[in-house]
Amino acid sequence: MNALPCTVYVSLVGALLALIAGGRSATAARWIALITATVGWLITLGAAADFVPGPGLQTLVNVAWIPELGVRYHLAADGISLTLLVLTGLAATAGILFSWNIEERVGEFFALFLTLIAGVYGVFLSADIFVFFVFYEIAIVPKYFLIASWGSTNREYGAMKLVLYSFAGSALVLAGVLWAYAANGGQSFALSDLAAAGANFTAGQQIGMFALIFLGFAVLAGMFPFHTWAPTGHVAAPTAASMLLAGVVMKLGAYGCLRVAMPLFPAGLEFWQPTIAWLAIIGIIYAGFVALVQEDFKFVIGYSSVSHMGFVLLGLAAANTQAVSGAVLQMFSHGVIAGLLFAVVGRMVYDRTHTRKFSDLRGIPLHRLLPFAALTFVLGGLASMGMPGFSGFPAELTILIGTWKTSPVWATFAAGGILVAAAFTLRAIQVSFFGTTDHSGPAATAGAHGHEHDYAPITWPERTGAMLLIAATIYIGLKPDVLLEWIVPALQSPLFQTILKGGAS
Amino acid sequence: MINYTAIFHALRPEASLVVGALVVLGLDLWLGRGRTEGQRLRLSSLVGLLAVAAAICASLGAGSSGEVVDGVLILDSLGLATRVGVLGLTGLTLLLAPGTSRVRNPAELVAIILFATSGFTLMAVAQQLLLAFLALELASLSLYILAGFDKSRPASAEAALKYFLLGGVSAAFMLFGFSLLYGLTGSLVLPEIARAIAVNEQSTLLMVALVMILVAFGFKAAAAPFHLWAPDVYQGAPTISAALIASASKLAGFVLFVRLLWSGLLPAAGSVATFDSVPGWLPVVAGLAGLSLFLGNFVALAQSNVRRLLAYSAIAHAGALLLGVMAAGVAGPGPLFYYAATYGLATVGAFGVIAVVEQAGGCQSLSDLAGLHRRSPLLAACLLIFILSLAGIPPLAGFFGKFAVFAAALKVGGLGGPLGWLTLAAIFLSAIGLYYYLLILKQALVLGPAADRGKISVPANAGLALILAAGLIVALGLFPSVVLGLF
Amino acid sequence: MTALLSLIVFTPWIGAAVLAALSSAKPGTVRAIALLFSLSTLGLGLFAVANFDPSRVGSQFVERHDWITALNVHYHLGLDGLSLILVLLTGIVTPVALLASWRVERDPRLFAALFLMLQGAALGVFLALDFFHWFVFWELSLVPAFFLIKLWGGPGATRAAYQFVIYTIGGSAFMLLAFAALYAATGTMDFIQLAQLGADGTLAQQLGAVGGWWPKAVFLGALLGLAVKVPLWPFHTWLPPTYAEAPTGASMFLTGVMSKMGVYGFLRILWPIFPTQLHGASGWLLWLALGGVVFGAFAAMRQTDLKRMVAYSSLNHLSYCLLALFAVSAATGQPGTTSVAAIAALSGTILQMFNHGLSAAALFYCVGLLEARSGGLRGLNDFGGVRTAAPIFAGLCGIALFSSLGLPGLNGFVGEFLIFRGVFGLAPWAAAVACLGLLATALFLLTFWQRVFHGPTGKVASSGFQDLSRHEILTLSPLIALMFVLGVWPQFLAGLINPLVTSWASRLVLP
Repeated sequence: MNALPCTVYVSLVGALLALIAGGRSATAARWIALITATVGWLITLGAAADFVPGPGLQTLVNVAWIPELGVRYHLAADGISLTLLVLTGLAATAGILFSWNIEERVGEFFALFLTLIAGVYGVFLSADIFVFFVFYEIAIVPKYFLIASWGSTNREYGAMKLVLYSFAGSALVLAGVLWAYAANGGQSFALSDLAAAGANFTAGQQIGMFALIFLGFAVLAGMFPFHTWAPTGHVAAPTAASMLLAGVVMKLGAYGCLRVAMPLFPAGLEFWQPTIAWLAIIGIIYAGFVALVQEDFKFVIGYSSVSHMGFVLLGLAAANTQAVSGAVLQMFSHGVIAGLLFAVVGRMVYDRTHTRKFSDLRGIPLHRLLPFAALTFVLGGLASMGMPGFSGFPAELTILIGTWKTSPVWATFAAGGILVAAAFTLRAIQVSFFGTTDHSGPAATAGAHGHEHDYAPITWPERTGAMLLIAATIYIGLKPDVLLEWIVPALQSPLFQTILKGGAS
Repeated sequence: MINYTAIFHALRPEASLVVGALVVLGLDLWLGRGRTEGQRLRLSSLVGLLAVAAAICASLGAGSSGEVVDGVLILDSLGLATRVGVLGLTGLTLLLAPGTSRVRNPAELVAIILFATSGFTLMAVAQQLLLAFLALELASLSLYILAGFDKSRPASAEAALKYFLLGGVSAAFMLFGFSLLYGLTGSLVLPEIARAIAVNEQSTLLMVALVMILVAFGFKAAAAPFHLWAPDVYQGAPTISAALIASASKLAGFVLFVRLLWSGLLPAAGSVATFDSVPGWLPVVAGLAGLSLFLGNFVALAQSNVRRLLAYSAIAHAGALLLGVMAAGVAGPGPLFYYAATYGLATVGAFGVIAVVEQAGGCQSLSDLAGLHRRSPLLAACLLIFILSLAGIPPLAGFFGKFAVFAAALKVGGLGGPLGWLTLAAIFLSAIGLYYYLLILKQALVLGPAADRGKISVPANAGLALILAAGLIVALGLFPSVVLGLF
Repeated sequence: MTALLSLIVFTPWIGAAVLAALSSAKPGTVRAIALLFSLSTLGLGLFAVANFDPSRVGSQFVERHDWITALNVHYHLGLDGLSLILVLLTGIVTPVALLASWRVERDPRLFAALFLMLQGAALGVFLALDFFHWFVFWELSLVPAFFLIKLWGGPGATRAAYQFVIYTIGGSAFMLLAFAALYAATGTMDFIQLAQLGADGTLAQQLGAVGGWWPKAVFLGALLGLAVKVPLWPFHTWLPPTYAEAPTGASMFLTGVMSKMGVYGFLRILWPIFPTQLHGASGWLLWLALGGVVFGAFAAMRQTDLKRMVAYSSLNHLSYCLLALFAVSAATGQPGTTSVAAIAALSGTILQMFNHGLSAAALFYCVGLLEARSGGLRGLNDFGGVRTAAPIFAGLCGIALFSSLGLPGLNGFVGEFLIFRGVFGLAPWAAAVACLGLLATALFLLTFWQRVFHGPTGKVASSGFQDLSRHEILTLSPLIALMFVLGVWPQFLAGLINPLVTSWASRLVLP
């Protein structure tokens, strides 16, 4: 448990080492990155092993940092952050495995990647909003370079759009945080202090502060109509970055909403709750329909992320224990699933076929040529649809249960969203991998396509990465308790209980 | 009875700078004959650096012992910090110079830089209108010369002329404002002026004086709408001069004005904490700040010349610094100083990188930076740190500067008044700012180099300066209390 | 035998895993392994029959373990007469369907593995007693079905498979919502507990807390999910193309077993949990069921594609099951309701499920044989005089047809007779309307028989028509034999379900 802050430091040191090693040997840089990410992940798992679930944050480090501003370097964790830390470790490890084929500026790539991861770890560990914000911004910049330098289609545009949206979101957060800080007399940035001060803010102040902070974070979480950066950015990004961006970085936004915006300003939450819920619902359904008509494979996944994050936001907006625990579970689940899907599309398929157009893929019997990729994508797709047995299902079920308690209308629309998700995922599966299903027997197919499409076999890092993610989604799908036992007690803390109505669990 | 010992004690830094400048000139006359310009520049810079080091020691020795000579000088923590700050920035500039500047009169360059610096350090401690004006003009005149130092390029001459003309006008405004103040209050020392204003009724004449002073201030700070000289000077002046103009001069100028406004004109401050604002200089400064923020950020978006881009970014930063000036009444000068100092560091660094690149084939257009990560990883890494600090990305110092200034500004009146909303605007505009900063970084770190551009060899001294600046930015970012705790 | 039910459910999946692991096995080996594993269900089912105590009403061989405490989910399997019959049906139909697919050349390993996955999922649906994993099986059954149709189906398979899955998921999404609401209200998703709450009215009370129209919406959500699966008219539009495009073996399983999942859901979930709501809705639901009976039959009559004809006949036959259930529900709590009629109707429903499974599977196989012999033709008018060329085929197919038609002496008669008897006692007018469907059924099945096996030769020359091979006879004979056996000895099945049905009929009162 106490080793958790090391995840940040280890990642940063790894980044530096990878940068140095990259100049001499690409292989060394890769291995350094992989080892770093694995160590980070193992630290989170180790922390998970001796984690005693309970309400409230368990402090890990707490020292004065900038006393003039009342800033303390305060790192802490509870069940929610632990869930997301484990996810980060997993996604980082898998991401590095799926970047094994990067040949250009390897050291810099992994250095940026690990810096991004360090930022993400830091956000999930912060108990002081200032520290939170610092890590949050540290995570923004590497994204630009990862996408702009190693990305594909329209990468500079996608990178710039993504980073500007993120930064605009963080500016909103900064404004809101500073407002609250100043209104509280400028004494402290500690979550607990500001929450305690929340009672002194007028309802109008709370509504304003909540709007700024929540919106700022929600931009990063891909809330409709501020989601447009997500598909373009994720499509442009290199595979590992897409995996991490969609899988983990979008969660930063949702986590910020949950950790900062909601508990600090209960009156604000109450005021904005319906708006958020409806935006989330529109996002779920709208993004689903947009995904249904995409012609670029990766855009389907990009929009599916927006749709799934809509469920997270809806769960948060429903604001009861069940719904919020479902939302956190969905964060984990989507992190794994989005990683899996982007890995298949970006790495396994695109790096071999050099096309992501459905019209091209339709003509290639991919399921025969890349059976492992097909299997992975089918499993990932099923998980993404919310098929029971995979992690998406308990998450969506819990969200539905919780949302129903708050508003049956929202829940009904969300159920409609599940249907749309099934429709676009199934379409993607069927068009991409099973576009050509020859009836003329295996021999004829091999003859017809054997020479045209001679794809490199799936490599071991790809297999390992895919296995990790699949195992995670199935394990959590069958035993969501593992995470819920961390999450639910965390929601019992007084900070959360003031905003979570009902939802006895 | 004038205590000359005290004066000498207080002015030792300036003295060592002036002596240093004379030594530079003398040594060059004595040893410079028959040597190349590069060697002479190296020698002059070395001596200059020694002078700066001596001045730093002297400043520390002078300490912050309070008013000297009936309040003509004030040795307080702000003065001390500013002196060390401008000296440090000058030192970095001098360290950068050899190998990156090709000038015909290297000794004169260094000497004038030292003269300018003595003006800066004097500005840092001046508490009397006359001395302030003298210090300012000493610095300005030196800077005009520095701007036009590269006689081989017409652009340099044009920049110097423009700078000189506009600077001269602003000096006239300031002098006029000062004389009105003196006429109204009968005093030249700031605290006494404040007392006099507080007693007297606020007259129109006082307002005229205020406007005069603020116009001059606007010129010096390159705040919109008095910013017109900045892009041309940044573009045309030799890189080293531009670095000094953009960094040390700014720091000293803002400190002088924060003193002038808060300790000299406090009763005429007015208020921007609420919307039913009281007239005074604060609303005017708020207007300047808002205009600078908007204009600087938006015009910078359209720039394709890296120096002009930095100039407009400087205008935007001036807007943010003005917020710090306004907030200094509540939060003290700490945030403002931290912001200005770290901004100076990043700017010196950025111009340093430009200077090095310039030696390897010109650096005007953004695309001249293309592929810098291939051409010189060190330069690219340093540029990354400088630009990100300018953009305000943690954990670099630029972020904490912005954060401290904004937090201080919001403490004044929350969102209940113009200052609060201006701060919000500044926060959002910083998101826009990221766009043009990323344009620079895109060239340097993402794109590949043009075919005819080879590797860049970084002179050791310049590399050291850049690493120092970058290291300071990171260190001050991680431990901002080192500076913030001084006040 | 504490894990008998788990064994039943998971043995086919183990088989699928084994096949997945045997990447270099020969097709023959693969088929043999698949058949062996698929037969395990029958074996274990018969073992269960031997140890089954028909006089006990509740679930037997119960397995209940803690699973997800946060959602109060238990791993809960149980078996009663209804489940037992459907397990047996699955045990019979799956091996036969695999035998029928013996000639699948393309990727037999994947085919067999998918089939075993499908079998396991169906068994899970019949045995699970907690919504959570019931839904897991329910939804997972779609995946192998999708790929079986998509990869081995006819030319329109892509569209058909997509439509099939999307329709079903569309229904399930709302069923999921319904159960989310139930959980929100009661804190449990266990069928048995929910049924108890439903029976004593607590559930309606707790759901009512949401207020307004929502309790009804919950019921409708669950209804929708099940109605699409059965399908209930007018949610059937996915059915004809799906059955028609699926490969023969898959069609057999879809109609033989998967359609029963829906009816099972009605009996296991909807009726016990929502007795009041179902009663309230049964008025118009009866009309929908009648719509299925009549429309299904008449639509089948209009078909010229034999496979679509059989598909519509499935719609017709399954609508009888629902008709009976809705009639019972409609009559619940009414004065003059006799439990005798209700017992007849409910027994008929269960028997009809089993019988339809046999006859529909056999018919799809026969059509598949015609298709294979004629090189892909399956039009009603493409054939003629096949009886002379292939007497054995004609005989066996005829038996299947007459069983489907409900000829006394064959199994189909028993179920339909009981249903009609029951419905007549509960809702005479409905029985009268349903007779229309009965007539039309007779008409189109006889047309089938006449056009294909008698009459002048069609496009396909009857002279070149080969009679059944031994393998084909072996495939068809278990089904045909059971048709005879159950025709004359229906007590074998009825005995398993009698006490259960009696107990159902004994609580025909509304809470």
